[in-house]
Amino acid sequence: MTILHVTNRDGDIREIDAPDGRSLMETLRNAGYDEIEALCGGSCACATCHVYVDGEVASRLQPMSEDENDLLDAAEDRNERSRLSCQIKLSAGLSGLKITIAPES
Amino acid sequence: MSKSDHFDVLIIGAGHAGAQTAIALRQQKFEGTIGIVGDETEHPYERPPLSKDYFLGEKTFDRLLIRPESFWRERKVSLMLGHRAVSLDADARTIFLQDGAKIGYGDLVWAAGGRARRLSCPGFDLGGIHYVRTRADVDALLEDAEAATRVAVIGGGYIGLEAAASLSKLGKAVTLFETADRLLARVAGAPISHFYADAHRRRGVAVLTSINIVEVLGEQDRVFAVRSDHHTFPCDLVIVGIGIIPESEVLAKGGAKVENGVWVDAHGATSLPHVYAAGDCAAGESQFADGARLRIESVQNANDTATSVASSIMGAPRPYAATPWFWSNQFDLKLQTVGLCTGHDEAVVRGDPETESFSVIYLKQGRVIALDCVNNVKDYVQGRKLVELGLSPALSAIVDSDIPLKNLLPPTA
Ligand SMILES: Cc1cc2nc3c(=O)[nH]c(=O)nc-3n(C[C@H](O)[C@H](O)[C@H](O)COP(=O)(O)OP(=O)(O)OC[C@H]3O[C@@H](n4cnc5c(N)ncnc54)[C@H](O)[C@@H]3O)c2cc1C
Ligand code: FES
Repeated sequence: MTILHVTNRDGDIREIDAPDGRSLMETLRNAGYDEIEALCGGSCACATCHVYVDGEVASRLQPMSEDENDLLDAAEDRNERSRLSCQIKLSAGLSGLKITIAPES
Repeated sequence: MSKSDHFDVLIIGAGHAGAQTAIALRQQKFEGTIGIVGDETEHPYERPPLSKDYFLGEKTFDRLLIRPESFWRERKVSLMLGHRAVSLDADARTIFLQDGAKIGYGDLVWAAGGRARRLSCPGFDLGGIHYVRTRADVDALLEDAEAATRVAVIGGGYIGLEAAASLSKLGKAVTLFETADRLLARVAGAPISHFYADAHRRRGVAVLTSINIVEVLGEQDRVFAVRSDHHTFPCDLVIVGIGIIPESEVLAKGGAKVENGVWVDAHGATSLPHVYAAGDCAAGESQFADGARLRIESVQNANDTATSVASSIMGAPRPYAATPWFWSNQFDLKLQTVGLCTGHDEAVVRGDPETESFSVIYLKQGRVIALDCVNNVKDYVQGRKLVELGLSPALSAIVDSDIPLKNLLPPTA
């Protein structure tokens, strides 16, 4: 199990157990975070699954693809910690990852 | 199923728009009761993967759910699945279901989408003819496709093209027939049509335009060919993607103004009191089409019109003004659209279609109204602002793909 620390838009922090092999977007959606709209269902086409990633393990994430990087420019409030959660595949090595759901754009 | 006979908000249709109406209401702290009646048996799920990842077996059905099943319980949204609404009494604020049950409402949200338009030519009812609208459609299609080798796809819109791409990837010999003289004639400009015809052909799909299928031929109740006026094309499976018919008859009979969809105002309200509509079935005036009334079939539209309806019900109306966007995946080609190209008078190609990464910029009297971007996320993201601001950049700058589109924005944007 991969433990994630998730901060929602109200600033509440919760720990969730993430199953391996799913994307971060699916994990957040299944954990009930309805702020994650994920309208394109993970096709890297919408940027409505924007999150910020933090913590030591964040450096272990797979680097962004060019498409993800370009699409993130569509998200307001982009910063250097921004990622599209549908493009992050979770695995045990990412336990401890801190995630903050980006503000509504 | 426990069925309360009254909901403060009753939603008909458990698709993208129906689900989002309920989600948005709870997000906006609506405390009343919410019920959703849906005639499919599944919990609300995403439709786009039906012709893409799900079709290809790359995603299992549980990954298509818009929210996990527990979500609906936790948010106190009553799902009444496998039930069909058949009539409306707007004065009594009551919906009648097929099984005779009746449900009262405070506000009604009609989010019933559309049903696949059926073939009407001789042979339309033969075995081996399939549609791609619901999970049940696709499950039946996939089961039938296993033994099939030659597939005829009727209709060169997005659904037909995506189905053709997926079937071709599954190893079938695919022929796609389009009545018009080009693919995507209703939704995209000629450069996109020609690109997709070529791209499909390069990948092994036979694309035939200006061909009207007038009959499906079969024996022992099973299709063996389709026929145009001049030719017969053998096949053992037929996929039909010729558009949808909006589900609006119940509202029309109930007295609502309906013409190619349920007419709504900028807040999603229909002509009947306490009745709203959202998604594929709703026809509203779009500021992205110079105020023309139209129906838009996209996840973005379903989602954002539903959110707007929720705001209206909350008494804090926010007129629907979201920028339209859309995507379509075929093979390794990712199309992203922003704006509406309806009524364009020029379709300018930016970049080289031969590279399979380029854009088409649609202009109306010089003003950018839409972009179709193929494997070109940068243009899609940067072009969005051109559409939203209705800018009229110089043609020479638009066609020069070395100039990023963001450079065409005024300094303040
Ligand atoms: C195969 C496929 C691929 C697509 N790909 C894309 C894509 O890549 N990008 C994109 O933006 N859009 C895509 N779309 C379009 C998108 O899925 C639709 O625009 C969207 O589903 C519309 O949502 P909706 O809620 O209005 O309608 P629907 O999702 O159709 O939901 C309506 C629901 O209401 C039910 N219903 C109808 N009548 C009744 C009744 N009388 N009583 C009870 N229930 C009823 C229907 O069965 C259905 O479950 C695709 C559609 C299909 C079919
Ligand atoms: S879900 Fe659309 S980009 Fe992530």
